[in-house]
Amino acid sequence: MTPATPTTIAQPLPLADGVQGIVADWSSDQRAFKNVPWGKAMMWIFLLSDTFIFSAFLISYMTVRMSTVEPWPNPSEVFALTLFGKQVPLLLIAIMTFILISSSGTMAMAVRFGYQKNKQMTFILLLITAALGATFVGMQAFEWITLIKDGVRPWGNPMGAAQFGSAFFMITGFHGTHVTIGVIFLIVVAIKVLRGDLDHQRPGFLTGRKGNYEMVETMGLYWHFVDLVWVFIFALFYLW
Amino acid sequence: MEHAQGRQPAIGAHVEGQQHPIGIYLKIWGLLFVLSAASYAVDYYQFQGYLRWFLIIVFMLLKAGLIVAVFMHMMWERLALMYAILVPTLLLMVLLGIGALEADYTFFTRGVFFVKGLLVQ
Repeated sequence: MTPATPTTIAQPLPLADGVQGIVADWSSDQRAFKNVPWGKAMMWIFLLSDTFIFSAFLISYMTVRMSTVEPWPNPSEVFALTLFGKQVPLLLIAIMTFILISSSGTMAMAVRFGYQKNKQMTFILLLITAALGATFVGMQAFEWITLIKDGVRPWGNPMGAAQFGSAFFMITGFHGTHVTIGVIFLIVVAIKVLRGDLDHQRPGFLTGRKGNYEMVETMGLYWHFVDLVWVFIFALFYLW
Repeated sequence: MEHAQGRQPAIGAHVEGQQHPIGIYLKIWGLLFVLSAASYAVDYYQFQGYLRWFLIIVFMLLKAGLIVAVFMHMMWERLALMYAILVPTLLLMVLLGIGALEADYTFFTRGVFFVKGLLVQ
């Protein structure tokens, strides 16, 4: 009797690259996303669905803007700020853009320090990210108040096509809600980091899942997505 | 997370999670600032016509690509995840096309309706 070929369980089987890798990953019995923690994969799938929601808003905005026979209000003038007696176009929106991009930068660094188990830096960077996000929401509230005072309503405005107001409040309102939820979760994750929940794998109060530093990356994915959506809103709604 | 232990260190060359030098984040951050400033300049200097649309779209796509690739670590993920997330978004092109067709048709019928109204008067 010939001895069976010895098998080892010490090393995982190598993962194929390229197209072969895709086929192998997707056709395997267990999980398709091999080296990705489930929380991260689920966050990506949620973000994909959110992409479709925001795209539906932006594409319907395109449709109403293309089909209206009234002139569309010029965003460059509507969102202008008067500074030292001079009209500066889109100034507030530009500042908001830079603030959100900066918050994305600090978030990316927080993820990196998180994986290095640097509690202090991760906490500080997460708090800076949350503060920048809160500043963004505050400026958006200011922008809404200014526009409402100018007579912009979801059903009409003095500058032109009535669809301008409905598209503006719908798109920026939905995005602002995302930022607000993100700020709340950033603070929750920051507290978890500071308390050492992620080091000690302490179960969360809501889901009971063990804490780990992959949570910071998953949080980061959501936050970067909020920034990503703003890139599209900035280009398509404010600059177009 | 017993499944996650099965990851292979050779791929992406990172042992635990996504650890990349801090420099790359700072560089991308700077690049995003430059691109944002450039797209703001498009409005500030009042470029109009096709040049404006072209510049806005290019800067938008560059910024989106940088955020997804580096900040969201997509360039270091396996192709199976990359394709699962990025390919479905191409479907949106169909929705975009339908929206444009519909808008053109609505605009056309509105035109016909208003012109008729003027003729009746």
